[in-house]
Amino acid sequence: MQFPKDLKYTKEHEWVRLSADGKTGTVGITEFAQQELGDIVFVEIDSVGSQVAKDEVFGSVEAVKTVSELFMPVSGTVAEINPALDGNPELVNSDPYGEGWMIRIELSDPGEASDLLSADDYASMISA
Amino acid sequence: MDDTSLRLTPLHGEHVALGARMMPFAGFDMPVQYGSIIDEHFAVRRAAGLFDVSHMGEVMVRGPHAAAFIQRLVSNDVTKLDDGKAMYSVMCRPDGGIVDDLLVYRFAEREYMLVINAANVAGDFAWMREQNLAGAELEDISDRTALLAIQGPRAFEIVAKASGLDLADLAYYRFVVPPTGSFLGLDRVILSHTGYTGERGLEIYCDPDDAVRVWRALLEAGRESGLVPTGLGARDTLRLEAGYCLYGNDITTETNPLEAGLGWVTKLDKDFVGSDALRAVKTRGPARRLVAFVLEERGIPRHGYEIADSAGTVIGEVTSGTQSPVLGKGIGMGYVPNDASFTAPGSRIHVLNRGKAMSAVVAKPPLHKVS
Repeated sequence: MQFPKDLKYTKEHEWVRLSADGKTGTVGITEFAQQELGDIVFVEIDSVGSQVAKDEVFGSVEAVKTVSELFMPVSGTVAEINPALDGNPELVNSDPYGEGWMIRIELSDPGEASDLLSADDYASMISA
Repeated sequence: MDDTSLRLTPLHGEHVALGARMMPFAGFDMPVQYGSIIDEHFAVRRAAGLFDVSHMGEVMVRGPHAAAFIQRLVSNDVTKLDDGKAMYSVMCRPDGGIVDDLLVYRFAEREYMLVINAANVAGDFAWMREQNLAGAELEDISDRTALLAIQGPRAFEIVAKASGLDLADLAYYRFVVPPTGSFLGLDRVILSHTGYTGERGLEIYCDPDDAVRVWRALLEAGRESGLVPTGLGARDTLRLEAGYCLYGNDITTETNPLEAGLGWVTKLDKDFVGSDALRAVKTRGPARRLVAFVLEERGIPRHGYEIADSAGTVIGEVTSGTQSPVLGKGIGMGYVPNDASFTAPGSRIHVLNRGKAMSAVVAKPPLHKVS
């Protein structure tokens, strides 16, 4: 299973890719999460434009078998939703770190990013 | 339950070798999916799928009192069976609550097989023994019986290719016990035109030691026809599209067959355990009904979600729900008050998901054929 080194991870199986200045980021769910969920049917995010605190819910993902909430890795404003997911939610299954990204955020407290897990920490957490 | 106490079917090694995602189900470590549930679902609707359902329970009923015992145990009329015919039924408590749903197979006047849900085997067998006033011979053969299901429009053709046995003319709910050695060399096998997917297909009962041979022979014979191994995930989406009840969700000891839409297997002109209570229900009319529905907006109904009327008043609960791969819409079943404004096809109800009301239309299954 792939956990790219340039991403930061949460215990709730989201990843965030931070910009060079650390002020913005892209958020999605990990390969482990998409495998656990199975066939993703749609991604429901109605928080665009809102400020969402770290660990709060920014949306949910519905798979055939189950529904799972999506948690903000760091506090910030939801600036954009991946428009491709509306018609092609299966992108989250096929390319969770690329075309299956979910939201772009503007961080309100870039310092929070230091609390996130590294790829190695995340990998050892899920294999424990 | 920790994983070490899980039971394994004789095909467990096949599932693991195929890379299946395994999950505890009814005390067994069972395959949920081998790849994508949606792909497996479409394979069954368009070609064929192969299921391991060896976790199901089987009880043999024999002897001169076999028929009398079963006739009193189950709701359907087993005197309508002849040799080689099977029947769907439920068995009830005296209050009419459903103990389990089951298949009754008649081999001979004095030999029947009851096929019951995996999670209920111990409880069902205890219940049967308690109800066995007639003195039939009961034997739980669940551990000595493997069960495979091959389902889909190409199922019969694949079985014929694998075994040379052409069962295309075998009527629905008929079964055969081919002569020893004539089906893939097996000593004993039962081939039954039954299933729980809404497609044509066969269910194959065999000795656990023969299960791998049958599994591999069918997969090999079906490769070019589009046969794929299919897990419990697709089994659930398939049976829900077909509008079939799942014990534990849609029917339980707290529901009776009349409200569950199983009046067609509930013969109130005979006496059976629960018949008095059910006649009373029939006379006054069930208070609620199990309905199937299709969502009109994006969303997936889930077990336990509330159902509301258009004013927002909660009127019932979803018992099963999923995304229909064929319709591309959320579908489900749930109980609503027995009022035509909620139960008639076309009635509008609302499924509540975390405070959000999703509009749904009541429909008559099979839901995948609703236009």
